[in-house]
Amino acid sequence: MKFLPLVWKNIWRRKFRTTFTLLSIFIAFVLFGILMTIRYSFSFGVEIAGADRLVLIHKISLIMPLPVSYQARLQQVPGVQLASHQTWFGGIYQDPSNFFANIAVVPEPFLKIYPEFVLPPDQLKGWLDDRQGAIIGRDLATRFGWKIGDRIPLTAPIWLPKGGGTTWEFNIRGIYDGGDMVDKTQMFFRYDYLDENRIQGEGQVGWYVVKISDPSKAVELAHSFDEMFANSSAETKTTTEKGFVEGFAKQIGDIGSIMIAISSTVLFMFGLVAASTMAQSVRERTSELAVLKTLGFSDTSILGLVLTESLFIAFTGGLLGLGLAWLFVQGGDPTRGMLPIFVLPARDVAIGVGLMAVMGLVAGVMPAIAAMRLKITDALRRA
Amino acid sequence: MQWIAQTLAVLALNIRTIPARLSSSGVAIIGIAGVVVVFVSVLSIAAGFQAAMQGSGSPDRALVLRSGADSEMTSGLSGADVDVIKQAPGIRRDGKAALAAAELMVIIDLPKMVTPDAPANVPVRGISAESIPMRTEFSMVEGRMFEFGTNEVIAGRAASGQFVNLKVGDTVVTGQNRWNVVGIFEVDGGVAETEIWIDARVLQGAYRRGNTYQSLLAQLDSRDSYDAFRDYLTSNPQLNVSIRRENEYYASQSQALTRLIRTVGYGIAGLMGIGAVFGAILTMYTAVATRAREIATLRALGFNTGSVLVSVLAESMVLGLIGGSIGGAAAYLAFNGYQTSTMNFQTFSQVAFAFRVTPELLIMGLTYALLMGLIGGLFPAIRAARLPIPVALREL
Repeated sequence: MKFLPLVWKNIWRRKFRTTFTLLSIFIAFVLFGILMTIRYSFSFGVEIAGADRLVLIHKISLIMPLPVSYQARLQQVPGVQLASHQTWFGGIYQDPSNFFANIAVVPEPFLKIYPEFVLPPDQLKGWLDDRQGAIIGRDLATRFGWKIGDRIPLTAPIWLPKGGGTTWEFNIRGIYDGGDMVDKTQMFFRYDYLDENRIQGEGQVGWYVVKISDPSKAVELAHSFDEMFANSSAETKTTTEKGFVEGFAKQIGDIGSIMIAISSTVLFMFGLVAASTMAQSVRERTSELAVLKTLGFSDTSILGLVLTESLFIAFTGGLLGLGLAWLFVQGGDPTRGMLPIFVLPARDVAIGVGLMAVMGLVAGVMPAIAAMRLKITDALRRA
Repeated sequence: MQWIAQTLAVLALNIRTIPARLSSSGVAIIGIAGVVVVFVSVLSIAAGFQAAMQGSGSPDRALVLRSGADSEMTSGLSGADVDVIKQAPGIRRDGKAALAAAELMVIIDLPKMVTPDAPANVPVRGISAESIPMRTEFSMVEGRMFEFGTNEVIAGRAASGQFVNLKVGDTVVTGQNRWNVVGIFEVDGGVAETEIWIDARVLQGAYRRGNTYQSLLAQLDSRDSYDAFRDYLTSNPQLNVSIRRENEYYASQSQALTRLIRTVGYGIAGLMGIGAVFGAILTMYTAVATRAREIATLRALGFNTGSVLVSVLAESMVLGLIGGSIGGAAAYLAFNGYQTSTMNFQTFSQVAFAFRVTPELLIMGLTYALLMGLIGGLFPAIRAARLPIPVALREL
């Protein structure tokens, strides 16, 4: 510890060079943080998908409707806690670029199946009392500045209202909240409002979400549901919510590996910059290191000095970079709604810190070993 | 003139000594090359996707959807609507029948070859007899056209390459239906190559759609008859439809995804560029520092500061040029023509496309590389030009 001032002096012997090395590493980790955030948002929250929830869709495709009568039949299956349906509305607020998900649900079972959506009890009551009521996520409320009591018109691309035209109106009755990983960009409204007021498609729903008592029975139950509806006019395909979300993410293509490939390129590139400057700065100091050895510094303490220096640079630049990335992510999704879950997962922060250590060690180890092996006489003569 | 000669002399000296400083120059080159690879390859995704979408559709055809529908997928037209629309002026009529085709779209789940365990949303288009004569870009590449009235289908070339069970002779099983693939078609690289085509009436029966369709594609008499066609339909109280030129429709379908890819691409490349500039600054700074004595000597001999400055900048830009060329070449070799598919959120269906490393992208990449070299060389160049001669001569 007492040699820290020496390390400190060495780090700043060439201020210009150290500053720029720090900046390179800083930028590398800002990028790392942002890329990992994007990667995560394209996994659509698969890590928090409930293991005790099954998703039941039409066998041909998610866009094909299912009859609302399946609700009662699903509810009777032993092992089912609660079954409820959802219907994609696809409503557009003013312009298609304002896209957000809006889904028709049955309020009470919906909130029981998704306890991660937190809605104050008085707002739930308000929603239950108002057929045209809807609840919106905190992020969606912020995005358009909507408040409880606002009346929102949405243009319906699929379901035309009986009253004519293409516009449906909703009253905001609640704003739901939830943890970091919860998608707070959605709007949920009442299925009865949709079903009573649409011209066609009465009694049809989009898909079912079933909460089961024992997650280990998931596969069995999924099979029994699909068998129950086999050979009917609407056959089904049931998967766990996790499987469903993963399948959805796979449809997009492999964004995750593209992001990881870019991050690796970036980190490799900047790691190289750091390593080459470290090596150079040690090379310049050959004679000084020889003097230290003459004074009685052991080989290991020389190794320690050089490694401390490179680790210091890697961690300072890296932590500042990851910190800035974190701050940036707190600011929310910059694409306005295309990346609904925009968080830097804790796991990736940990990986980042690990990478800093690796970068510091790799950059420092070659010059450190060279310094350790230095023969005093050679080194002094070379200078 | 003398100034230019001096600059060239110093520059030649600098460049000839690059190999001697290989490791340090290498860092700058690799840094810049890395940025250019990422920049060009990410934007080539957007370019490829956009090309596939914009290459679809012609300004000479108009697409009719139900008013409010944002894509064919969400639209709906009754058989009666279709009959009314076909009476509209502005449609080309060869002989008597209007050259207009009512079509139907559904999505079926088929796995991609690369992810055989996960279903993907593959669009199926039910077509009418007029659909094919109207699309002059259509051609069969393998097998034959399906027979109307049967459960035969033809698959787009991209669909056949991306999804399982879409080769000639295969059978597609979806729900209780079995469709035999009898041919593979092409439409000049358009997005319809990701579709499966079948007789619209067969599809109506299979999906219990009755006599309904989702869109109507009309061949305009001429490009200018669009207004007459649109005005007639929008002013007809029997109808509730929206009309767009086909190419404009497809262009609007590609907006969201293209913008997302571009935002991500520019953002990442911008940040990486800053990092690469730092790398270049370090390299050039080192280059100047190790040659402080030579530079001072030159200046003592009477070379003016301007030529020293320009020569350092030029050296840095040469590094940028090398890095940019390597990066552009690598991106081209690795990604140009790379076939993939993704889900277009606007239509909720898969679109297959190939990455396109266009000449414009390569030029942008190279320009960016030169810019990084220029900015990276600026501070070291100023430093070299300002170096006090006596101090520098004494250094080392």
